[in-house]
Amino acid sequence: MLDVFKRYRRECIAFFVLFALLSLYIATHPRGASTYVMTIWANQCLILALAAIAQFFVVVVRGIDLSVGAVMALTNCAASYLLNGSGFELVYGSFMVIALGTACGLINGLIVVFGRIQPIIVTLATGSIFTGLALLLRPTPGGSINYDFADAMTLDIVGIPTAVWIALLIILLFWFPLRQSGMGRSIYAIGSSEQAAFQSGISVNTVRIIAFALGGTFAGLAGSYFSYVTATGDAGIAANFTLNSIAAVVLGGVALSGGVGTLIGALLGACILKTISSLMFFSGLPPLAQPLIEGLVLATAIAIGSFGILTEKNRLRVFD
Amino acid sequence: MNLRIKASYIEIAFPFVASVLMILGASTVFPEFLSATYLLQQLQIAAFLGVIALGATVVILLGHIDLSVPWALGGAAIISTTLVGTDHAVLTVLAVPAALLFGAFVGIINGIGVAWFRIPSMVWTLAVNSMLLGVAVLNTGGFNPKGAASNLMITLATGQIARVPVAFIVWIALAIAMMLFLKRGGFGRYLSSIGYNEKATYLAGVSTSGVIFIAFMIAGTCSALGGVLLAGYANQAYQSMGDPYLMPTIAAVVIGGTSILGGKGSLVGTIGGVTFITLLSSILSVMQISEAWRNIIFGCIIIVMLLLQTFKHRRS
Repeated sequence: MLDVFKRYRRECIAFFVLFALLSLYIATHPRGASTYVMTIWANQCLILALAAIAQFFVVVVRGIDLSVGAVMALTNCAASYLLNGSGFELVYGSFMVIALGTACGLINGLIVVFGRIQPIIVTLATGSIFTGLALLLRPTPGGSINYDFADAMTLDIVGIPTAVWIALLIILLFWFPLRQSGMGRSIYAIGSSEQAAFQSGISVNTVRIIAFALGGTFAGLAGSYFSYVTATGDAGIAANFTLNSIAAVVLGGVALSGGVGTLIGALLGACILKTISSLMFFSGLPPLAQPLIEGLVLATAIAIGSFGILTEKNRLRVFD
Repeated sequence: MNLRIKASYIEIAFPFVASVLMILGASTVFPEFLSATYLLQQLQIAAFLGVIALGATVVILLGHIDLSVPWALGGAAIISTTLVGTDHAVLTVLAVPAALLFGAFVGIINGIGVAWFRIPSMVWTLAVNSMLLGVAVLNTGGFNPKGAASNLMITLATGQIARVPVAFIVWIALAIAMMLFLKRGGFGRYLSSIGYNEKATYLAGVSTSGVIFIAFMIAGTCSALGGVLLAGYANQAYQSMGDPYLMPTIAAVVIGGTSILGGKGSLVGTIGGVTFITLLSSILSVMQISEAWRNIIFGCIIIVMLLLQTFKHRRS
């Protein structure tokens, strides 16, 4: 047990922070811990959590994805056309929307690997392209999602929010098997040392492209889930989600230098970030002061993780 | 050695050549693109992005990035216009220096996080940006702040000397001053050696955290100057006036041949990159292409430019 704590120290800290924040949130919320309150909270968290997971897969192979928000906007707009039918159309539509996200991630990966351009600048450019495509689909916000379907995804099952079930499914059926597989290990290996990974016979290019494509898949899922919650297509949602997804993975203990962190951490980081803003809403602070407090909390949270550096005796360790 | 210098000359010339080719190509559709009035106006517009990008280059040479540009810019604009808006003679004179000091102060906050706490600059400057946003919202109540630009600010942004925009002269003068500072003082060498290998630079006896602090202060001041110019141009400050400048700044620096990983790049290249980006967005909007297609074309051209750059590398 102690080993688990040691190994996943960052995730444990993130979990306790989230637990404390959530307790505070439920305590301050006028309606307390009802299913209704928890469902709304979980829905908001899951959107950002999926975006953060998208960011996680790219960050862990030493990239950064500035197109997460744009892929979300594009898939959100596509969903507003594809998900308003019924029955089989919904299955087909959901599949197409996620495939679209994956394709976007795949394009990012292909350009990064074969064009040999830095991910940050590739995704900056492709992000612009994806936003443009989203605007072509929906010049103004509009469209609709099948209400029954959207309700099924955003309400609760036996009193527990569907969003929580989805998160659990992702962790149990996707993340744990992936982490144990050769693919999961290769992703971490590339993030830690590309050269060592290459010399161990890992096909670095393929794995990196797959990591980017997985990022696209989750950005597509984030866009889909955003559609279920808002029930409309909007091309203008990009900027916020991109930057918040980066902040979320860092809060969740994922290192931007690659190779460190877990999907669960990214998920927790996103929930922390969302809970902070929800807390602000019910805290009774003057509304005008809320963005400042939010910024201060974010900065403090990030800085606390780095206090260790000040007490480091060996000055050279600082540069590692 | 000789060969390397030649190669880097080609690299620096690349965005300039691309700009000229683009404007010549566009002039086959709209001959007005070649008129002196249009081109001089573009130089004026380019100057706003240009001063910001000069500062961003310094930080990117370090291997860091400054995402606090939007609210360093917006904050400087709000401070300067508010001071002028008081109608107090002394405060009006102090407007521009105060705004620039604010920019340097933002740089110091960035430096504390990046140099002392070793927080990745991408995250820390993002957090600083959201704190600045918070301060601005708290002070202005979320509305566009009242105030006006002083005569000095208006002249800097929109004035002309023999038809040459003053803003352009400011931009180029700043670029020359910074080049001298980087070349003569050895500061530029420290910047790029930190970008290559910070540990080795530290072991060589350079106060690396000092260099990082100064670099972020330069970047903050440049963003603030951009804010002052924009406030002079619009004769007001408005919420989120800095947002459209963040991504184009990074794109301009990278197209100018500066490696986003740090260590390699030049201020002259950045001037070329800014010219290219400004002309590109201007041509796209003059041709009345819808916002959707503007975004798509913008992204495609940046990728093509970068592919051409790396292709050249591999051949040489």
